[in-house]
Amino acid sequence: MGGTIFLVNFFTMGAAPVKIAVCIKRVPEMDGAFKIAASGTAVDETGLKWDISDFDGYAVEAALQMTEKLGAGEVHVISLGPDVVQETLRKALSMGCARATHLKCDVVPFDPFAIASALAAELQGGGYDLVMFGKMSIDSANGAVGLMVADLLGMPMVHGCSKLDIAAGAGTARREIEGGGELVRFSLPAVVSIDEGIARPRYPSLKGIMAAKKKPMDVKPAQLGPVRLTVQKMDLPAARAAGRILGEGAAVVPELVRLLQQEAKVI
Amino acid sequence: MTNDFFNIDGSLSEEERAIRDSVRAWVNDRVLPIIGQAYVDGRFPKELIPEMGAQGFLGANLPEEYGCAGLNNVSYGLIMQELERGDSGIRSFASVQGALVMYPIYAFGSEEQKRRLLPSMAKGETIGCFGLTEPDFGSNPSGMITMAREQADGSWILNGGKMWITNGSQAHVSVVWAKTNGDPDASSIRGFVVPTNSKGFSARDQKGKLSLRASDTSELVFQDIHLPADAILPKSGGLKSPLMCLTQARYGISWGAMGAAMACYEECLAYAKNRVMFDKPIAGFQIQQERLADMLTEIVKAQLVSLHLGRLKDAGTFTPQQVSLAKRNNVSMATDVAREARRLLGAVGILAEYGAMRHMANLESVYTYEGTHDVHSLILGQAVTGLNAFN
Ligand SMILES: Cc1cc2nc3c(=O)[nH]c(=O)nc-3n(C[C@H](O)[C@H](O)[C@H](O)COP(=O)(O)OP(=O)(O)OC[C@H]3O[C@@H](n4cnc5c(N)ncnc54)[C@H](O)[C@@H]3O)c2cc1C
Repeated sequence: MGGTIFLVNFFTMGAAPVKIAVCIKRVPEMDGAFKIAASGTAVDETGLKWDISDFDGYAVEAALQMTEKLGAGEVHVISLGPDVVQETLRKALSMGCARATHLKCDVVPFDPFAIASALAAELQGGGYDLVMFGKMSIDSANGAVGLMVADLLGMPMVHGCSKLDIAAGAGTARREIEGGGELVRFSLPAVVSIDEGIARPRYPSLKGIMAAKKKPMDVKPAQLGPVRLTVQKMDLPAARAAGRILGEGAAVVPELVRLLQQEAKVI
Repeated sequence: MTNDFFNIDGSLSEEERAIRDSVRAWVNDRVLPIIGQAYVDGRFPKELIPEMGAQGFLGANLPEEYGCAGLNNVSYGLIMQELERGDSGIRSFASVQGALVMYPIYAFGSEEQKRRLLPSMAKGETIGCFGLTEPDFGSNPSGMITMAREQADGSWILNGGKMWITNGSQAHVSVVWAKTNGDPDASSIRGFVVPTNSKGFSARDQKGKLSLRASDTSELVFQDIHLPADAILPKSGGLKSPLMCLTQARYGISWGAMGAAMACYEECLAYAKNRVMFDKPIAGFQIQQERLADMLTEIVKAQLVSLHLGRLKDAGTFTPQQVSLAKRNNVSMATDVAREARRLLGAVGILAEYGAMRHMANLESVYTYEGTHDVHSLILGQAVTGLNAFN
């Protein structure tokens, strides 16, 4: 009897369940062609398909794999934006996250500090061992929110992890740097952002999609920080001129060389 | 989205869209990279089965208490659409497993049969096939000669054979439809769950197929197979029982064919915009635009038919005749779209690297199985005239 109690205590002490928060952003899928909206400062959203930002998806998957490996723990997902972000949060729930928090605001500000302030206010006091981000969102590509949140929370930050492991009170991560890699060790709680290559996001199973509907979704007003940075103007890259086919076979090579030298001036 | 010209997405629930997107992502990653070669090799990619099970694609509209996903019928249709966007053979596997084997066990089976078979079939651990067609009885299954005779102890002896059986050579269990006790009338037809390792059971793959090459199609022979008393599906009775299964499968096929059509349309649209001939993209010529406009129009019409049919099925008010209309229209539409897409592609359209010709050839099987196009014409004809033109 006593032995059983000892074992139970030992187990819960040894593998204290980790609590991980993953902050995810809803972004347009990048494979379509984009148009600029009439305002000139944003993308025209009509007809776009939306999903979890790629790097954030890797972060969700990495978080789920860590808790599965540890055999204990929970992954929470947080997203800031209008009501539609709940769909993105539910996708993360359908992958296996335990609960979601929607920080509600009408538009997602461009200023990363405004977003980071709201996220930090929510994360503060949440008891998270690890707060995870994607390395950057694939739409605005600032790569700044995670770093700012770490600063606001006073936590160590590892930016761009390609490998990640956590155990009692500390973590290790690998970062890819120019010409090599770097292995870092950090104390928990910490903030990390995730690079590609860490894990391919799983497909939500159909049962996962059904189960997601029943998982808790907290909705709170986003406590945005001051917006001091706005987009003034957006433009599209200049259209590429159409190619020209000179012909086929060896006979056209001299003409090709002549054009590359005299017209394109590349050789 | 070019392929959602009528904003069908707006008529789907968030959950239905999430399911469609998840299956689509799986097909893009797992099926599309390998299917062209599997088709050329004449190989069903059975390595995909465990994943299809884990993702919940098999028997997805059957209840959760039997290990299934418990989805509505629109979601089920969307799964079939996305699988057939990959290949009709992959969708055929799922149709047979879900609608033709799991469904009759669910609808006509005993509680013991359901608990024993459905969870492992949902996982893809147990594979099933459905034996109705015989060499001499295709469109007219009521003439079947496969016979099961009840023995004094309640067990059964099965003799006969089936033809054109999808999954036949890899199945663990076969739902076999047979007449009983020497009665030649179709009312004596009952369903039996036959383990394929039974003594007297043999399966041989049909060779030389030019369609559905990434799918196994087999001939089954039953020679004095001794089946226990509990092999019979107790609630099955008459030809109506297998026809109920076919109604389920045909419903899914009406969605599946659309997936094949969409794949062909999208492939040839992208090609038309990039292929330059006479100094401009071929998409800029009126003939190709009319071709694309026709494809788009037919796909949109089919989408509306299947979506509405799915809502009727979910409401419990759909009829087999409505399913016939959808199967007949959508499959015929898809064969036309696939052929036109292949033609638009020019020479590259004959390559396995492109999907159009593979889909085009596959759809000829789909046109023939689950009630040929003609048979559905007769069903609709009878429904509107009240006159039977079958015989
Ligand atoms: C790839 C593939 C997989 C299959 N998988 C399965 C399976 O898993 N299980 C299973 O049981 N069966 C399966 N089938 C069989 C399929 O259901 C039959 O092929 C189909 O029912 C048609 O039968 P048949 O080939 O004997 O053609 P027939 O019935 O001989 O028809 C030949 C032609 O005559 C026409 N015709 C028939 N009757 C009439 C009529 N009264 N009036 C006018 N025209 C008529 C038909 O439309 C057709 O054009 C499969 C077939 C294929 C090709």
